[in-house]
Amino acid sequence: MIDIAWSQFTPGAALTGGLLIGLAAASFLLLNGRIAGISGILGGLLAPARRDILWRVAFLAGLVGTPSLWLLFSELQPIQVDAGYPALIVAGLLVGIGTRYGSGCTSGHGVCGLSRLSPRSLVATLSFMATGFLTVFVIRHLMGV
Amino acid sequence: MMKYSVTSLLAGLIFGLGLMVSGMANPEKVLGFLDIAGLWDPSLAFVMGGAIIVGLVAFAVARRRTLSFLGFTMKMPANNRIEPRLVIGSMMFGIGWGIAGFCPGPALVALGAGEIKAVVFVASMVAGMMAFEVIERIKRPSLGDTRGYQKN
Repeated sequence: MIDIAWSQFTPGAALTGGLLIGLAAASFLLLNGRIAGISGILGGLLAPARRDILWRVAFLAGLVGTPSLWLLFSELQPIQVDAGYPALIVAGLLVGIGTRYGSGCTSGHGVCGLSRLSPRSLVATLSFMATGFLTVFVIRHLMGV
Repeated sequence: MMKYSVTSLLAGLIFGLGLMVSGMANPEKVLGFLDIAGLWDPSLAFVMGGAIIVGLVAFAVARRRTLSFLGFTMKMPANNRIEPRLVIGSMMFGIGWGIAGFCPGPALVALGAGEIKAVVFVASMVAGMMAFEVIERIKRPSLGDTRGYQKN
């Protein structure tokens, strides 16, 4: 049986945030004609042929700049990172290599790919969701961290 | 290119806002979703659901267009093949996601919030992406960054 964490579950905020993410992806698609895939946008800056630097940096600056803009109106919500530094380094490497090798992350495959009904993105999303669930299960319930 | 970059900046800001509003910039919240055997927080499914509802409409509109509303070429992924690298890469990503609770977007937002652990994660992620580029260049020297995209 699945135990729902009712005290942490925030369906309203989650749905509102999700609609905003969808709006961002939709505007990027309909105005600029591109998929808002964050690993691809960042990875494109590191590619050998560094084309379109400006818009990539602009998109990433928007993401990184959001908390500063948020601070003008409200306080930041707490960010809790339980992973230690060695774990963060391993995780970062896996996310960096994995998203480039698999051509996308939660935004490119998960949001945009599923929205365009791409079977390829469905396979990718099921793959990273499966190992995501499995990894947390191993860490929290088998290793007891 | 100026217009293109301004809309990119705005899209990045709205995306980041969505991540903050939804609570997904906090890895603990993401891990609460991935921990289905513990006390499960289904919030992330609602984030994906909300984003996909809007996305479905946008892609339905985009499918019938060759140019964007600002007159730019629609660049859709041309690769439809389900290859081993797609699955293996995605599985690697999922393991990293499960270890830290960060995927690329939320990590960049948390970095912007001044979270030192996000800085370390992003630095390592960028190193991983650079390692990928080096490996690709050794394997296929002729490929540029048009990989996977239709030519104009």
